[in-house]
Amino acid sequence: MNSGPLLFLGTFFALAVSWLGFALAPQLQIGDQNAVMAEDSGQYYPAMRAGMARQGEQVYRANGCYYCHSQQVRPRGFGGDVERGWGGRSGRVQSVDQDYLYDLPVMLGDQRVGPDLANYGLRQNNETNILLHLYDPQSTMPKSEKSVMPPYRFLFEIRKLKFGETNSEDALKLSDKFPAGYEVVPTENAHALAAYLMSLHSDSILFEAPPRKTTNAPPVKTTKAPPAQATNVVPAAGGTNKPATPSAK
Amino acid sequence: MSEISSPSQLNPGGGGGQADAPEPVLEIEASCRAPVLLLFVSALVWLLVGSVFGMIAAIKFHGTNFLADCSWLTYGRVHPAHLNALVYGFAAQAGLGVALWMVAHLGRTRLAFAPAIIVGAKLWNLGVALGILGILYGESTGYEWLEMPRYASATLFCGYTLIALGGLVTLHKRRERQLYISQIFVLAALFWFPWIYSTASLLLVVKPVRGALQAGLDYWYANNLMNIWFGFIGLAAAFYFIPKIVKRPLYSQYIGIFIFATLAFFGSWGGIPEGTPLPAWMSAMSTMGAVVMVVPILGVAYNVLRTLMCALPKWGESRSFSFFHFGVKCYVLAGLAGALMATIRFGKITNFTWFVPAHTQLFLYGFFAMTMFGAIYYIVPRLVGAEFLKPGLITLHLFLAGGGILLYVAPLAIGGVKQGMMLNDPTKSFSEITASSLMFLRISTMGDALMVLGHLVMFLNVAGLLVSVGRKCATAAWVGHTKPVEVTP
Repeated sequence: MNSGPLLFLGTFFALAVSWLGFALAPQLQIGDQNAVMAEDSGQYYPAMRAGMARQGEQVYRANGCYYCHSQQVRPRGFGGDVERGWGGRSGRVQSVDQDYLYDLPVMLGDQRVGPDLANYGLRQNNETNILLHLYDPQSTMPKSEKSVMPPYRFLFEIRKLKFGETNSEDALKLSDKFPAGYEVVPTENAHALAAYLMSLHSDSILFEAPPRKTTNAPPVKTTKAPPAQATNVVPAAGGTNKPATPSAK
Repeated sequence: MSEISSPSQLNPGGGGGQADAPEPVLEIEASCRAPVLLLFVSALVWLLVGSVFGMIAAIKFHGTNFLADCSWLTYGRVHPAHLNALVYGFAAQAGLGVALWMVAHLGRTRLAFAPAIIVGAKLWNLGVALGILGILYGESTGYEWLEMPRYASATLFCGYTLIALGGLVTLHKRRERQLYISQIFVLAALFWFPWIYSTASLLLVVKPVRGALQAGLDYWYANNLMNIWFGFIGLAAAFYFIPKIVKRPLYSQYIGIFIFATLAFFGSWGGIPEGTPLPAWMSAMSTMGAVVMVVPILGVAYNVLRTLMCALPKWGESRSFSFFHFGVKCYVLAGLAGALMATIRFGKITNFTWFVPAHTQLFLYGFFAMTMFGAIYYIVPRLVGAEFLKPGLITLHLFLAGGGILLYVAPLAIGGVKQGMMLNDPTKSFSEITASSLMFLRISTMGDALMVLGHLVMFLNVAGLLVSVGRKCATAAWVGHTKPVEVTP
């Protein structure tokens, strides 16, 4: 074989096919997604994260949290994610592409050294607990259990208290083992990371993630959602970190 | 038997291509010396740097408080620094060095644009250094395998362009017109990298696409980098050096071309696991690609086995041969494991477990790095025109690296399957799962440590040879310049 041009064309063609398939085609299929009206709450989903949580997303990225924590719930029957309580929505609980619309970067992760965090905000919404866990992961675990998560002490500031000074409002409430006369205060990055973690939830009922039929009865009719608008404007739910609460309750 | 050195001799049947008068081998070596040695030495330095990061990351599983107060050295930064040093610092540079040397020798022509390649290699090293510092500083992009920040990837891209240009021009100017299978693999790899790297960098780092598409692109890039780029260069080396060492032509060039075509068309589709939040057809296509890849992988095994039939060199006859042999075995094993992982039945167990890094390391280290080690041991003495001072160290390295890989991959693979089965059983608590995988992790650290020792041995061996040759040259030059002037009366 001595035909360089033919070889080049063949290689070009093979690569082009792969590129068209996995880079261009998905872009054409879901590249212009927008927030849609959720079937249950009638609010736009996903909501854009608030400033603090977006800042926390960058702390999460910079410290490579995604090397140990995934952010995706696999479908029912494909692994035990749902049974483990990691799912956010009742029904087809797996994560769908819509959930990641405003993530930048999208950090799905490929290992579960720690638990999945796709719906962490639904399980934990107490900032103090999150901060304590970040400062000393072992302290928030039961005595018999062991965490391999490294402490993120660099996200906190250890301050020496002046004579007569009491702990500031922000300081962590640590065990008695911590030397007296000092306090641990979370930095802005720690607060941001906690805000991001609390903002993690994928619980809205969507067209592609419908409620699960448990009986033969017709599904409960939910608020009729208007057609998705081709706009990027996110009203109402946009400014909050809190998990969207279903309005139909 | 005379040494096999050209495509017509490596091809079964031989002959066929018209050839211009070949350049003398010594001149080819001289043209390769500076650029290829630069690439090799920097690759080995990055290998050591990466090992240090790797050890720090591994020790963190033994004591979570280890270096925990320094943000630069937290696990989520040291781990990608380790991977990037290994992939872009070591593997890519060693691969490029071997590829350039093979292209020059197979084409029986001098390496073209050597100064440009040297500049390119320096730029590449600058890019890797910037990238790793950026990751440690917290500027990682957040995409696995593409963590280096924008400024580093731009530098890498410029460096790569210069190096690849030298390779392509050398290929074009070849004196031996007939192409050998290794040249085909190298040519494709040289084109493939800039395409996937620019696509991924532009669409992820410079102007990110929306939402889950980012994850899809990242999977695509990582899979192409591994299976195609590293796969092609590693196979090019295996198909070149194994026949050369055993002094027999490759069993079948046609099987080689078949392997090339099937890998190019199907290998580039893998990488997206089942159950990801992407359109389902993507993971379905990926599974198809990974499973079809079994055919070319078995083809590699068959071609190499038939080449070696009754011609296995005696132990100690060629020290680099065992590295290639080990590498090909790991390639086949990693390919089969990859196909298994892509199926739904097995994938739902191994997804998100330690099986994933075990598979990656088996391919990247067991196959690619071992093949490159063999090639470096083969090439360096020829480049400098002197044998290794302590050839026994090569055997020591082989045992350290081989043992290290087995001790690293086997526990993680077994531990990964166990972890996956426990994860899928909701009655097992998460901390129970963590506790059960810790033992496997700790064994794998021993494998890590053996590999690091191996790297050190290799570095000392190569550095020792280069220093002794350098000293000899310097002495000769000194003597030449300072000899007494003969005064004629």
